[in-house]
Parts: sequence; structure tokens; C-alpha cells
Amino acid sequence: MARHYLTTPITPEQARAIRSGDEVYITGTIYTARDAAHKRMVEDLEAGRPLPFNPQGAVIYYVGPTPPKPGQAVGSAGPTTSYRMDKYTPTMLRQGVKAVIGKGYRGPDVKAALVENGAVYLAATGGAGALLAKRIEKAEVIAYADLGTEAVRRLTVKDFPTICINDAHGGDQYRDGQLQWVEPDAMVKPR
Amino acid sequence: MVRELHVDKIADAVASMVMEANYTLEPDVAAALEKARKDERSPVGQAVLVQLAENAELAQSEQVPMCQDTGNALVFLEVGQDLHLVGGDLYEAIHRGVARGYQEGYLRKSILDDPLRRKNTGDNTPAFIYTDIVPGDKLHIRVMTKGGGAENMSQLRMLPPSAGWEGARRFIVETVAAAGPNACPPLVVGVGIGGNFDKVALLAKKALLRPVGRPHPDPEWAAREQELLTEINKLGVGPMGLGGKVTALAVHIETMACHITALPVAVNIECHAHRHKEVVL
Repeated sequence: MARHYLTTPITPEQARAIRSGDEVYITGTIYTARDAAHKRMVEDLEAGRPLPFNPQGAVIYYVGPTPPKPGQAVGSAGPTTSYRMDKYTPTMLRQGVKAVIGKGYRGPDVKAALVENGAVYLAATGGAGALLAKRIEKAEVIAYADLGTEAVRRLTVKDFPTICINDAHGGDQYRDGQLQWVEPDAMVKPR
Repeated sequence: MVRELHVDKIADAVASMVMEANYTLEPDVAAALEKARKDERSPVGQAVLVQLAENAELAQSEQVPMCQDTGNALVFLEVGQDLHLVGGDLYEAIHRGVARGYQEGYLRKSILDDPLRRKNTGDNTPAFIYTDIVPGDKLHIRVMTKGGGAENMSQLRMLPPSAGWEGARRFIVETVAAAGPNACPPLVVGVGIGGNFDKVALLAKKALLRPVGRPHPDPEWAAREQELLTEINKLGVGPMGLGGKVTALAVHIETMACHITALPVAVNIECHAHRHKEVVL
């Protein structure tokens, strides 16, 4: 398993060099978006309006942070479950987004779109919101402020820790990791 | 002499419980996660469990939420039938307590007014309130702040009685396997068996109120809980689904009577950040 330290934007070569199971630490600018923001971004694109950020080499983080306490850049900020964005993710990847960060399984359309567009799906540790917030230095709302926690935020991150789940070559760390630890007589085999 | 309790005291208790639950892991959950660190053999699973311990320590020392999904405020009341509540509407006081706790505690507001119009209510109300009337003159309040990711992976099935324990067991293990990394394992698995369509779901939820790992008082059901935990931990899902031995911390089953045609089974999935508090007033 390799370790990558990447600064945004992510180049196509950098994205393709990441393999499932690799540790990926991201520094620079990433953008937050969850269900409601994805719905609006895709509607914007369909109406011919630009995305709220330049998608070339961009990284999207599926997160809805808690409100910051005085003195904090951002409140707790761990990943949300990714499959809810599956409907929108292929569109975002076609726009040039090179990495998305969340947690949980992705559907076949997303996995295929990662391969077609040379992008990666990364996971951060779910439920470690206080710890992950320490890697976020700055947060500012840049679009859809009315969505509250679901607004699009520009985050400045330093060595934000993730692990690659699905790479641009069809690799799948959930499948491989679970196949390694499943017992022979388990009632259900890893998917 | 009937005992009186002012509803403002209930609002105060609820406000502090929703904050405290989100900042500090309860001892039962902390102990279960510590045991998981000893039992886990997968290096990546170990690494996740170490991160969760660091996260819990940080959340407590800085008084910030351990998880950004600070949940749906679930409030379970056992109201003594001899208790007289004064000073206003009980449910309104609970909603007020939740609103204040989420505001003052810098917790995330995750509740929408309508499932399709989807406008945020802005203060995490309404709380979801469950009320039982019991003997005595006390008020027992249990609060769970439950995240959406795990709740979404929950399932209910009306099995035919012929399916028996084997069918129920298979359905429960398949539900946990399908939840995988989506629900933030290692999980606490709440199971309801019996009742009817709605009662079985409530049984599964109430099973989560039991201290983590405390067995069912009936030895036969306690053995089934252990059997399920063993089967679930054979799946290889592991911490955050990255592969490992500890997929669940505990399985709790609650049961009740049911109709001759029925074998209802519900599985309420809870993440490792199992946030719960209780108080007796």
C-alpha cells in the first residue's frame, strides 16, 4: 500500500497513480457538498450555469459540519454516507472532478465513471468528526448559503487523511479488505 | 400527596443531555470500543479504532461533537402514573430543551419540516418522543441522539412463522452485511422480534437503550444474541468496512407476543458513536 501526499488541484496522472488501499493525504483547497448541494449543482449545469467552483482537478468532500464554536475554523467535520450522491457523481466526474471523499459503498455507475474519467473515491473515518476538523484550517461558504450545513464550502486542508476505496482501474478496497478477513463459514460473503 | 415536577426541569435536563451525549462517549460504549481494540486483528481495523479513541478523547476535552451528525433527538419517557407535571406542556418543554441544547451546544441542525419539501426547521426540532406510563411517581428520561447513516441501513421484515429462528437469523445477518461501511461499524445492532408491524420497529429501537453488551435476561435469548454477534463478526466487514474481525460491538434483542400468522423481525442499526444518556427526575 503506497502513501500519497497531494496538493490540489489533482492532475490526471496523480489520480491514476492512486490504487485502492493506498493512503492519500490532501493539502490545499477542497469543496464540501452533500445531497442538496449536488442536486442544485446538477440543476445548474443542466440550465447552462457554471459550478460554484472550478471542477478541473477538484476534490469534493461529502460533509455537513457542525457550527464552529468561537475560535474554531469549522465544527466537527467527518464524512457522510456516499451512496446518496451516486445519482450525481458521474456528472461531477465528467466535469473534471478527480477525487470525492465520503464513506460507504458506491454503486456500479459510480465505479464505472471513476474508471472512465480517471478519478478516485476516497474514504475518511466516519464518526471521527472532531479529529478530522483538526486538519481543516479554514472554511467559507461559497454557494447555496440557504442550505445551512449543506451549503457548498471551500475548505483549506492540511494533510487531510483518507484511504482510497475505488480507484481509476476498478480496484475496490472494501471488497479486498473484507475478503481478507471474512470467515469461510460466514453466512454472507463480501460483495 | 401527589408529587409535582415542573416541566422546565425536564427542558433543562433534555438540553444538557443532548449536549453531553454528543461530547462524551458513555462508559458502556467506550468499554466496548476498548475491547474491540484488543480483539481486532486487522491492522487497518486497528488503525480506525485508534482514531476513534483519539476522536472521543478530543471531543470530550474540547467539548465538541464527536461526530458532525449530531443526530435526531430521540426522547424516551417513562412517566410515573402518580406524578403530576406542572408549569406547561410536557412535549413542548422537551422540544424547547432540544432546541436550546442544539443551539447552545453548537450541534448540527439536521431535521427537516417535511420529507419532500425538505426545509430545515433550524433548531433540530421536533424531538421524536416515545412515552410509556409506568407505576410510581418518577420521570425516567432516556435520550439517544441518533445519526442518519446507520438509521438508513435499518430493515423490517414480516417473516412467515415457518421461517423460524433460522429465517430471522439470516435476515438479521444479511441486513448487517448490506449496511457494511455505510453505517459506521463497529455497530450496535438492535433487534425486535414479535409484536406487529409498528411494535417490532419500536422493540428494535428500544433494544439500543440497553447498556451495550448487557445480555437479555432470558438465557435462551441471551444465547441467541451471542450467536448473532458471532455470525456478524464472521462477515469480515470490520471497523469502517475496511476489513476486520469486529463488525459489531453487541447485538441486543427485544421480544414480545405476536399473532399466530406472524414472525415480525426488525433490525435497527446503530453506529459506533452510540450516543445515549439517561436521568431520573
